[in-house]
Amino acid sequence: MKSIASPRRQKYWLYIPLVLMALFFLAPMYVMLVTGFKSFAEVDLARMWDLPQGIAFDNFIEAFNKLAPYLWNSFKMVVPAAIISSFLGSLNGYVFAKWKFKGSDILFPLILFGMFIPYQSILIPLVVFTNTIMKPLGLSGIPSLILAHVIYGLPITTLTFRNYYASLPTELIEAGGIDGASMLGVYRWILLPISIPAFVVVLIWQFTSAWNDFLFAVVLTGNRAWPITVALNNMAGSQIIAWNVQMAGSFLAAVPTLLIYIFLGNYFLRGMLAGSLKG
Amino acid sequence: MSKNKDRFLNILIVSPSILAVSIFIYGFIAWSIRVSMSQWKGLTPDYTFVGLSNYISLFNDPRFLVDIRNTVIFTLVFVIGSITLGFFLAVILDQGLKGEAFFRSLFLFPMAISYIVTGVVWRWLMNPAEGDRISGFNLLFSNLHLDFLINKWHTTVTWGIAAIALAAIWQMAGYIMALYLAGLRSVPEELREASRIDGANELQIYRYVVLPILTPVTLSAIIILGHISLKVFDLIIAVAGKQYPLDVPAIYMWQTTFDGLFYGRGAAIGTLLLLSVAVLIIPYIRYTLKSEAQQ
Repeated sequence: MKSIASPRRQKYWLYIPLVLMALFFLAPMYVMLVTGFKSFAEVDLARMWDLPQGIAFDNFIEAFNKLAPYLWNSFKMVVPAAIISSFLGSLNGYVFAKWKFKGSDILFPLILFGMFIPYQSILIPLVVFTNTIMKPLGLSGIPSLILAHVIYGLPITTLTFRNYYASLPTELIEAGGIDGASMLGVYRWILLPISIPAFVVVLIWQFTSAWNDFLFAVVLTGNRAWPITVALNNMAGSQIIAWNVQMAGSFLAAVPTLLIYIFLGNYFLRGMLAGSLKG
Repeated sequence: MSKNKDRFLNILIVSPSILAVSIFIYGFIAWSIRVSMSQWKGLTPDYTFVGLSNYISLFNDPRFLVDIRNTVIFTLVFVIGSITLGFFLAVILDQGLKGEAFFRSLFLFPMAISYIVTGVVWRWLMNPAEGDRISGFNLLFSNLHLDFLINKWHTTVTWGIAAIALAAIWQMAGYIMALYLAGLRSVPEELREASRIDGANELQIYRYVVLPILTPVTLSAIIILGHISLKVFDLIIAVAGKQYPLDVPAIYMWQTTFDGLFYGRGAAIGTLLLLSVAVLIIPYIRYTLKSEAQQ
């Protein structure tokens, strides 16, 4: 019989596939970065994988000059969308977890289904709605996009908060009730202060998905309100802008969500697992 | 808990969201279905009822048949590829190697990036140019003397969509790894220990003990990835733009509706997409909520 510890030892060879896979996962990042830091003179498709000879910012400056307004559009759209949908999700989650009502067990899965629908199936009405109702109100462009992200974000934010609140002991709520706090009082004074982790999960999830969205953005915004994804895609499709600037632009578009991932990776992972109903 | 003044407050709190979901999800779906059964073509809405004729003509439409073929190829490559790679990575990371957390984060980071960014970068990595203009992965293969791997990527006839699925695997395999890793961590160590004592080797333990326990994870992974395949859109646009050989229903819907103004046809494609997603997702939601209630 083998010793019990043996299966955990002598596995250094496993680093070979691990490192090879790591190289595969890093390759696109590598190309994006080395291309970004090359000077214009050095850029050459045939030397795509070579390290830059020095550090230059030509590509980043050029890409930033072209993309800055769209990056700003993205921020203006994503921040309110994330905050509003998280707040609504928190209230909904509180009710669906702790204050169920007749029919709430039927309504909840109906809301959840909205998380998975292909948005092509609601796109025509959404565009008609935007053109006939939002536009006359002067709310086309970014406000319409915010509305879309808030509404279509409700299923996932509601689900994440509902799971979080369901994991808290009901005694917590009942204790609040004995102290004379009302339903909203319990929410405000007992649940909200301990909801910070759930808020972080939901906020960064909503931030990331709204930042990365392309479909809503491309049908709901005109060129002045384009968020970064649409602007980047158009830049990549144009024949005039060189591939090296596209690479630098891609990096700029990825930076905000990558920073979130690097600093708040665990929260990001929890949001992701919630997205598969496994939160 | 049932104070009178709170009795309807809970309904009041969720009612704005329920109203929004009823209108913007279910109302809009119904509206779309109505458009899909209309002859609406052009800028002015025209709800003249034409029954299922938009659907019927789709199945005689060569472009839509290409879309179905592409979706099938994409789904197979993407689902099988992501699950295989994700499982393989999870098993390696489950061995308690040093630096596990680092590798785990590394395999997951593509999830944080948009399909558009992935697509723009991969479009250059999958550059099909030959000879002096060779670049991207093909250049790398050539430098590594792996010339047999040089290929035309997404410009390959018929199978080009599989190259797009590679980029999608790059993006999603880490997510599947995370699902499996969570599943592996829930396999009690005593169970593996007992099998070892019974003389099973590590491979047998994975095959006969761990894999059966992970069946629900694999099922969720198939459903999640499958429904992503049906919706694939941005990635293809960013790699290749709107090209007939790489067309999928989601792109056809977008183009025929907003470029071609064939609203009836666009709505029919959207509805078919919804139906195919619903077939996968509704049983999944029911199963998940049921097993949750049993806990």
